[in-house]
Amino acid sequence: MAAYFLKRLAGAVPVFLAIVTAAFFMARFVPGGPFDRERPVSAETLKALNAYYGLDEPLAAQYLKYLGNLARGDLGPSYKYPGWSVNEIIAQKAAVSLQLGAAALAIALVAGLLLGFGAAAFAGTKFGAALSGMSLAGICLPAFVLGPILALIFSIKLRWFNAMGWNELPSDAVLPAITLALFYAAWIARLARRSALEEKSRQYVVAARAKGASEARIYFAHILRNAIGPVVSYIGPAAAGLLTGSFVVETIFQIPGLGRFFISSALDNDYTMIMGCVMVYAAFIIAFNLLADMLLAAINPRVARQLEK
Amino acid sequence: MTSLPKPAAFGDSRALPKALAALRADKLCAACCAVTLVVALACFCAPLIAPFAYDAQNLSAAATPPCLQYPLGTDMLGRDILSRILYGGRVSFAVGLLATFVSIAIGVCYGMVSGMAGGKTDSAMMRIVDIIYSLPFTIFVILLMIAFGRSLWLIFAAIGAVEWLTMARIVRAMTLDLKSRQFAEAAAVLGQTKFGIMRRHIFPNLLGSVLVCAALTVPSVMLLESFLSFLGLGVQAPLPSWGSMIKDGAEYMEDAPWMLVFPALVFSATLYCLNKIGETLSEAFGK
Repeated sequence: MAAYFLKRLAGAVPVFLAIVTAAFFMARFVPGGPFDRERPVSAETLKALNAYYGLDEPLAAQYLKYLGNLARGDLGPSYKYPGWSVNEIIAQKAAVSLQLGAAALAIALVAGLLLGFGAAAFAGTKFGAALSGMSLAGICLPAFVLGPILALIFSIKLRWFNAMGWNELPSDAVLPAITLALFYAAWIARLARRSALEEKSRQYVVAARAKGASEARIYFAHILRNAIGPVVSYIGPAAAGLLTGSFVVETIFQIPGLGRFFISSALDNDYTMIMGCVMVYAAFIIAFNLLADMLLAAINPRVARQLEK
Repeated sequence: MTSLPKPAAFGDSRALPKALAALRADKLCAACCAVTLVVALACFCAPLIAPFAYDAQNLSAAATPPCLQYPLGTDMLGRDILSRILYGGRVSFAVGLLATFVSIAIGVCYGMVSGMAGGKTDSAMMRIVDIIYSLPFTIFVILLMIAFGRSLWLIFAAIGAVEWLTMARIVRAMTLDLKSRQFAEAAAVLGQTKFGIMRRHIFPNLLGSVLVCAALTVPSVMLLESFLSFLGLGVQAPLPSWGSMIKDGAEYMEDAPWMLVFPALVFSATLYCLNKIGETLSEAFGK
């Protein structure tokens, strides 16, 4: 398994490099520059700024320089927020997004698995149909619909929570975390249900029943263990998305997280910040996909044997 | 990673009648089809049936709660919410259908070629898909939108350009399987060209899965379009979109909750119906 892990890790390097390269050149081909403001700067100032940040050099030279700095862990200065380096902004904002994302991930997992496996266990009954209907309704309530509605009901009408803000009260995290979690919970539930239903009709279930195992043992010890696969593979990218922050949730609830920079940096042509966001996300995706595969192998020995081949 | 619809049973060359039968069998799903048709029809006929123009302002009636003249109320500029929902729906449905078509066209071609080519070409082509998959999707779309300007056509292209990835993966996996089947091998022995095999033998067998994937892509594209409009990157004002109406509604929800509630309700109900239809189809073809 360790050999497989190292092989995957080595394989991630070219993928990561390809993503960095694609993002670097895509960002540069967008018209406009990082110093376009509402009040245009004079031509001399612009020239001086470009020279100061090395933006007047040929693109290939800038790219190589960027890669060199990247290798030392330096993501460069932000053009939009003078005096701040991209490393500092990411370190500060990611802490908030990580907390919120971790809470949302926990909610999504617990709610999604209960809902999905519950729906599969009670398949064919009204209760099961209701559970599965709930998960379908969940994917129709994206954060930008659910967030304002929750805020309207629980903050404005019932006054249970603050409508916005972060860290004044611990309860400030409740509505954003639920808003963020629900869509993912619904997806997890659908995957879990589908996969458990598929496993239910396999022969090993018949065999387990024939040897006299109780229905509960069949479901918990045999079916769930085999059915968890698709959920685990989904959690990889989902966790990356949740932990790197959500623009919508952070905007609706006024949370100072990293998610907002994914949109604003691209709108501002803040090249280094765009690159920073892309790399954080790509690193999370790669890491969590790898983690998900390792977890899958730990749960299911058949997967482990396949991976080792 | 979204859940991939299961490949359809092979030999399903008459995919459409089977799909229609499945949709009729489930009562809830039949109701969803009816709702979708009514909403879509109403939206496409918006210029005929909407009581007001989408940009007709009546500042003296700004932020009116639902009443006889304005059944769903008005917004801050005194524009009729019902009319704006109808016009906004036109954009949503048009984007949903066209972008789905674009993504299916790209995905099917790419997937078939990749699967048919096999070997190194195949793994290189799939590696490209993996890389695009792991790009942060919002940044990717936003850069596309900024690079080429914000027009409705670009929304189609941008969304289609991202949504094809899932389709390409499904089609490629199925092509790999189909091309090793006896009928494909027989065709090759009889001197059929690779292109001919793709067209005559592989493509017809893909139809069921393509249909299921298309049905599930439409709501996800509509969701995406609304998300972009919510960010202010989609349809430009004064043209309404469900996403931008929800955004405006969220800003004024304290004083004028109807501005948020009605667009959100119509949007989520439509998504629910479309997803239900997609789910029913995927169950019909998956088992």
